[in-house]
Amino acid sequence: MATAEEVAKAAERRDVRDRWLLSAPALLVIFLAATGPLLIVLVYSFLTPGPYGDVKWQFSPEAWIAVFLERDIFDDTLSAAAAHVTIFLRSIKLSVVTTIATLVLGFPTAYFMATRSEKTRDLWLFLITIPFWTNLLIRTFAVLQIIRNEGIVNSILLKLGIISAPIQILYTDTAILIGMAYVYLPLMVLPIYASMEKLDFRLVEAGYDLYATRFQVLRRIIFPLVKPGVIAGSILVFIPALGAYVTPSVLGGGKNMMLSNLIELQFGQGRNWPLGSALSIAVMIIVMVALLAYVRNAGKSGVRHG
Amino acid sequence: MPDKPDRNAIEVVNVSKIFGSGEGRVAALDAVSVSIRENEFFTLLGPSGCGKTTLLRLIAGFDFPTAGEILLYGQDIALLPPFKRPVNTVFQSYALFPHMTVADNIGFGLEMLGKPKTQIKARVAEMLKLVKMEALAGRRTSQISGGQQQRVALARALAPQPKVLLLDEPLSALDYKLRKEMQIELKRLQHETGITFIFVTHDQEEALTMSDRIAVMSSGKILQVGSPWDIYDKPAERFVADFIGETNFLTAAISEMANGKARATLKSGATIEATVAQGFQPKPNATVVVRPEHAKLTKGKGELSGTVDNIVYFGTDTHIHVHLDSGELFTVRQQNTRSAGCGFEKADKVGILIGSDAAQVLKD
Repeated sequence: MATAEEVAKAAERRDVRDRWLLSAPALLVIFLAATGPLLIVLVYSFLTPGPYGDVKWQFSPEAWIAVFLERDIFDDTLSAAAAHVTIFLRSIKLSVVTTIATLVLGFPTAYFMATRSEKTRDLWLFLITIPFWTNLLIRTFAVLQIIRNEGIVNSILLKLGIISAPIQILYTDTAILIGMAYVYLPLMVLPIYASMEKLDFRLVEAGYDLYATRFQVLRRIIFPLVKPGVIAGSILVFIPALGAYVTPSVLGGGKNMMLSNLIELQFGQGRNWPLGSALSIAVMIIVMVALLAYVRNAGKSGVRHG
Repeated sequence: MPDKPDRNAIEVVNVSKIFGSGEGRVAALDAVSVSIRENEFFTLLGPSGCGKTTLLRLIAGFDFPTAGEILLYGQDIALLPPFKRPVNTVFQSYALFPHMTVADNIGFGLEMLGKPKTQIKARVAEMLKLVKMEALAGRRTSQISGGQQQRVALARALAPQPKVLLLDEPLSALDYKLRKEMQIELKRLQHETGITFIFVTHDQEEALTMSDRIAVMSSGKILQVGSPWDIYDKPAERFVADFIGETNFLTAAISEMANGKARATLKSGATIEATVAQGFQPKPNATVVVRPEHAKLTKGKGELSGTVDNIVYFGTDTHIHVHLDSGELFTVRQQNTRSAGCGFEKADKVGILIGSDAAQVLKD
C-alpha cells in the first residue's frame, strides 16, 4: 500500500513533469529565437571564411586572432589591431556618453511626469512613446535635417549673427551622440518613471520635515529609491547604443565607424563571416562584463526597494 | 494637572486655505484662529475632511495658507519651507525611509542639520532608549512591526528636539490594544521631553484621554476649544455635543439666565437647572443636552416620562432607550452589577430623573 509519503512524492514528480511540459512552448521559442542563432554565430566564428562570403566548414582560430591582432601581409608577424581597438573604444565611449546624456535629460523628465496629476501623467507617457511609432531611419533623418550645415540650428545661428559660418556637426561624433541620445531617451525615461511613480512622495515630505534641502532630498531620498529604474534605464540605453547601426551610419557618414558598422562590413564587402561572428561575440562579452560590473557596483550601496 | 506656563508656542491667526478656484473652489480652512500653549498636548479633533490635517500641514510647512499668519513663538513662519521650521512631524503612514536602518532614520534630521557625528550617535542612542528600540537599531524599517515603526517615527521626529511636534493620526493604523499602549506611551514621551504636541485625530476617545486641550473642528472651522472636561460636559454647539460621546437632545424654553446658569422648561412641562453655553442668545426653542449617564431611570415619576423602547447590554453598562411621551427619544446609561438585571423591561412605563447638574444649553 502506498504511504502518504509515497503519494506526496509521486505528486511532486508529476508536478515537475507538468512544469516542464507546460513551459515547453516557451523554451522552444527561446531556443529557436535567441539561443539557437547565437550558437550558430559562435560556431561560425571558429570557421574559415569562404571566397564569396559564407563559411568553409574547417576549424580556424584566425577570426578570433583578427579581432585583436593584425597579421602583417608580408612577414605574418602579429601586431595589435589598432583599427579594431579604436573602433571598440570609440563605441564604448560614445555609448557611455549617450547613457549619461539620456540620464541627465531623462531623470528630470521622469520626475516631472511622476509629479503630475494622474490624468496628465498618462498624457505625458503617451507623448514620450509617440516617437516609437515612427521608423528609426526616418527619425534619424529628421535629426540630420536639424543639424546639417543648412539645417535649422545652423541657419538660425547664422541669422542671429552668432556664427559667421555653419558649424560642422553632421558626420562627427557629436552628431552620432545627438542622434543616439534622441533615439534612446524614452528607454531611459520609461523605467525611471516606473520607479518614480511608485515612489511614496510622503517620504519626500518627511525629508523636508527633517531639515533636508531640495538637493539633499533628491540625493538622499529620491535617488536611492528610484535607483532600480536608473539602473534599468542605463542598461536599456547602453546595450542598444553599443550595437547601434542606423544612427552612426546616417549621422556619422560611414567615416566614423562604430562596432555594428564594422561587423556589417565583415558580412558585406569584407566577406569575412567568421570575423564578423567573432566581433559580434566580443561585443556581447563586453556588454556582459560591463553590466556585471555596473550592477554589482550599483548594488553595493544596497538598495532594496518595494 | 500641573499649570501650563502661559506662553504660546503656536498662534494661528485668521488662517484660510483655499484649494482650487472658480466652481471647484473649496475652503479647507475658513479664517481659523487658535493659540497653542507651550508644553501642551493639544488635539485637533474632527471628522475626516474637517480641515484638521490641512491645519497641521500648514504648521509643518507642506502647504502654505491662502491668508492669515502662523506664529511660532511670535515669529511668522507661514511662508517658510518645512526644512527651515523647528517643527517635526509624525506621519500617519510613518513615512520611514525604506532604504535606511532604524538608527539612520532617527539620525537623519540631525545629519541634515549638520550636527557632528559623535553627537548624532549619542542622540540616536538616547532616542532608541526613549522609545525602547535599542535592540533593533540596525534593522531595516521593512523588517519591524507596525508598532515598532510607530516608535521609530516618533524617535525620528523627536531627535532634532523640535519646538513643536506634529502628530497626524499616528495611531490609526494600530490595532486596539497597541493603540491603548501607545496612547499612554505618547503621554509619557510628551511629559518627559516637555515638547509641545499637536495631535490630529478623528477618534474622540483618543482625544479625551490624551489631551490637555482639544479643538473640535468641522467644515474648516474650529467650533470649540477647551479641556476634555469642557468639551464633553459643556459642549457649546450641537455638532460638538453630537460628535463627542452620546447625547440626548431636548427642546426647552430658557428663563432666568444668570451667571452662566438658567432654568429650562422642557416639553413635558418639568423645569430643570442647566448651564448655558457662552454666546447663547435667548430664543423660544433652545436645545438642551443631557448625557445618558447623567440621567436616572425610575419606576415612579421624573422630569420626563415615557415607555422603554429597547434595552442594550454593553458589559460595563446597559443602555435603555426610552420613547418620551413628548415624542422625543432619550437614552439612559445605567451601570451594571453582577447580581441583578437592569430592573426594567421593554414597554415599561418609566420616569427619567435629571439631576441639577446634568443639563447644558447649546448656543445653536
